[in-house]
Amino acid sequence: MKRLLLVLAALLPASAAAQTVAIVNGRVAIGDGSPPVDHGTVLIRNGRIVAAGPSVAVPPDAQRIDAGGKWVTPGIVAGQSTLGLIEVEAVDRSNDVAAGGSPFSAAIDITPAVNAASSAIAINRARGTTRAIVVPAAAHYIFGGQGALVDTGSDREAVFAPRAFQFVELGETGAAQAGGTRAASFLFFRNAMLEARDYARNPSAYGGRATDDLLMRLDAAALVPVINGRIPLLVHVERASDILQVLDLRKDFPGLKLVLFGAQEGWLVADRIAAAHVPVLVSGLADLPAQFEDLAATQSNFGRLQRAGVQVALAEGGYASATRQAAGNLVALEKIPGAIGIDWNHALAAVTSGPAEAMGLGADFGSLRPGRRADVVIWDGDPLELESGPVLILIDGVQQSLETRQTKLRDRYRDLTASDLPPAYRR
Amino acid sequence: MKSGAMKGFASALIAALCLSGCAMQEKPKPGAIRINENPYPSTYQPYGSVPTLIRNATVLDGEGGRIDNGSVLLVNGKVEAVGGAEIAAPEGATVIDAGGHYVTPGVIDIHSHLGDYPSPGVQSLSDGNEATSPARPEVWAEHSVWPQDPGFSRAMANGGITSLQILPGSANLFGGRSVVLKNVPSRTVQGMKFPGAPYGLKMACGENPKRVYGERNQMPMTRMGNIAVDRQTWIKAQDYMRKIDKDPKTTRDLGLETLAGVLKGEILVQNHCYRADEMAIVLDMAKEFGYKVAAFHHAVEAYKIADLLRDADVCAAMWADWWGFKMEAYDAINENIALVHNAGACAIVHSDDENGIQRLNQEAAKVLGDARRMGLVIAPEVAWEWLSYNPAKALGIAARTGSLKPGKMADVVLWNGDPFSVYTRPERVWVDGALLYDAADPRRRPVSDFELGQPGEGDVK
Repeated sequence: MKRLLLVLAALLPASAAAQTVAIVNGRVAIGDGSPPVDHGTVLIRNGRIVAAGPSVAVPPDAQRIDAGGKWVTPGIVAGQSTLGLIEVEAVDRSNDVAAGGSPFSAAIDITPAVNAASSAIAINRARGTTRAIVVPAAAHYIFGGQGALVDTGSDREAVFAPRAFQFVELGETGAAQAGGTRAASFLFFRNAMLEARDYARNPSAYGGRATDDLLMRLDAAALVPVINGRIPLLVHVERASDILQVLDLRKDFPGLKLVLFGAQEGWLVADRIAAAHVPVLVSGLADLPAQFEDLAATQSNFGRLQRAGVQVALAEGGYASATRQAAGNLVALEKIPGAIGIDWNHALAAVTSGPAEAMGLGADFGSLRPGRRADVVIWDGDPLELESGPVLILIDGVQQSLETRQTKLRDRYRDLTASDLPPAYRR
Repeated sequence: MKSGAMKGFASALIAALCLSGCAMQEKPKPGAIRINENPYPSTYQPYGSVPTLIRNATVLDGEGGRIDNGSVLLVNGKVEAVGGAEIAAPEGATVIDAGGHYVTPGVIDIHSHLGDYPSPGVQSLSDGNEATSPARPEVWAEHSVWPQDPGFSRAMANGGITSLQILPGSANLFGGRSVVLKNVPSRTVQGMKFPGAPYGLKMACGENPKRVYGERNQMPMTRMGNIAVDRQTWIKAQDYMRKIDKDPKTTRDLGLETLAGVLKGEILVQNHCYRADEMAIVLDMAKEFGYKVAAFHHAVEAYKIADLLRDADVCAAMWADWWGFKMEAYDAINENIALVHNAGACAIVHSDDENGIQRLNQEAAKVLGDARRMGLVIAPEVAWEWLSYNPAKALGIAARTGSLKPGKMADVVLWNGDPFSVYTRPERVWVDGALLYDAADPRRRPVSDFELGQPGEGDVK
């Protein structure tokens, strides 16, 4: 009996990842900004893309999946997410996003908090999201800590890139965290960089709180890969003037690998961002002056940044379909006089390869180009249309379940006519 | 009891017929105190319009009807005719060839906090919750609405919203009176008020009231506390009605006047309530005190009791896919709206959000897709009922707006494509026949005082 179970377990995910799979007869969009092609093939081996496009030879040993002419794309990448950190947002004990009571900040590594079995991961997977940038909130100091990249696969391992970036607040929120002003938050940041530099030079001499150093030893240590540019620094700013201040930080700290996050007024200084070669993750839908730092918010921000030559991708917060919805809405702008949208091909890239490239990991995931992780979704319609949904999802080449708590609740209550037992017996 | 109910019905009718500026002109009896039933009357007057014929359009009429290659004629602020190519343009009319694009009734959001929780979201402008007592029926949302909220213009230009209900928040069990607005820019809230629309009373179940007051070690701290305070409050209202009947000189009480208005059937209950079991309790409480719930808002678990809602003739206002942000939203499913609709109950897509209000048509599209994948095929023209007719019905204004029927207000959107597509936006929006938004004309794009002189002033947003 035990032996049989082991054999079954081995048959499911591991072997699926190891074998060669060919999705044929699809309307294939690579997710790199190129247009979709009909009768396309996606060839997968060992959980990675071998090739995708119109003329891909299918080896005879490959398992063939006929897409029947349907859309085939890379899985959606959520550019701003808390996946795995929250079960129910308003239930504090199930929410691991913000550690306001911790003495640590930059050192906080969210990896141990990510729960691969969280309902939100399954729900987002079923909507076509296969990877996410998971961002911790800055709750104590301006640094939120070390974020991670996760996949939404139905296995025990969600984090595939731990400590992938550091997160810092340098706008209105940062000012509040640093004691009340922007001047204080930028000073706090500079001080932190200097202390990290001290730590890097001689860790054993670093005083920490025992002297007048502000950062705990581990916080200073965590900022070393930031100051030397080994990992990106994701900076949340919205106001145009804040963006310029952040770009200026590289004068003193040339190693910083900046990624702007938010940047609703980015379009006002698009040329400066482009010249600095700093990637930007923005919302596609924000168009209200939600705070004084985003008075100039407009849905045309993305399009205007892109036209100025900025490397830009979408980071839409919110519900499982919000990422796709934002991408589709950017396409809609192309028909509005005076608005600047983007074409469909770039809209898909904005939610697939775009976020991956912004984090410097475009060679690993986010598109159907050779060598990328085989995260593939077959859709029952145009993937940016909201009536469409996934019919088949592969993550790392492994076919995923589309079942969630939600689908089980739906099936329990789809028929309300009384039967001989209460609904609690239906599952 | 019966005659009271009849009287309530009659005065509701009078209120419904009474347009702006129409005061009750009864002579006061000697010694009686004359109560002004409408102290903050609507001053809204429709803006100028020209007779307009939209031809060659796909018309979704808001009541389940669809006309391909259809025409809609707007005259004097009203829908004059809806039909096919046979409808002729009157002398001097503007004729618009829609080129197959869609024409629908304006979208109505039954759940908005624009103006009482405006942008920017600063404390100085946050006026949605009078969280000083769990029962605050005496407050009126219209006294909080800031007409300069930039959100109104986004709702029009991106969402095709022509009417909306502004509600107090849900910190309280009795949040206060709501107000129904026309989505027209104005210096004053009176200049936005939907003439003759009944008032609503915002009520709330569940987590919010018990959290807000429980944290202060006050009642209600529990769901049973919620219902106990509700019932005690209704008992006070009944008592007040008896006293007023007996002695018209009884001291006025603003809160009890609103509650009495509910018990007389003049004010509509708009009840924030997520969970199925709580909605079932509220339905019983409404029976106990002789009032009717017009709609449950945020009815995340409506699908579990869609049959009860149908039988009670209560609408459910819902999100398409908001899930899990709080415990009472944990059982949200994407097919909720479709299942409520399919059971024959009244389904409404609502926003409760200054961003969501810009895309209620897209939210409905999500529902259509999820419904189809579970085997329920719902026609787009039927789904449009969720966006205009059903909310109008739950607001008591369905005789006047919410669908494209002759004689109704010309609250109309011409979309630049299929409005269930993510690639579609409003091309023009008319409110009472007045063209208040035209995507092709930057001069037909309202800019609030707040945004004037700011970076991005007059941008397409």
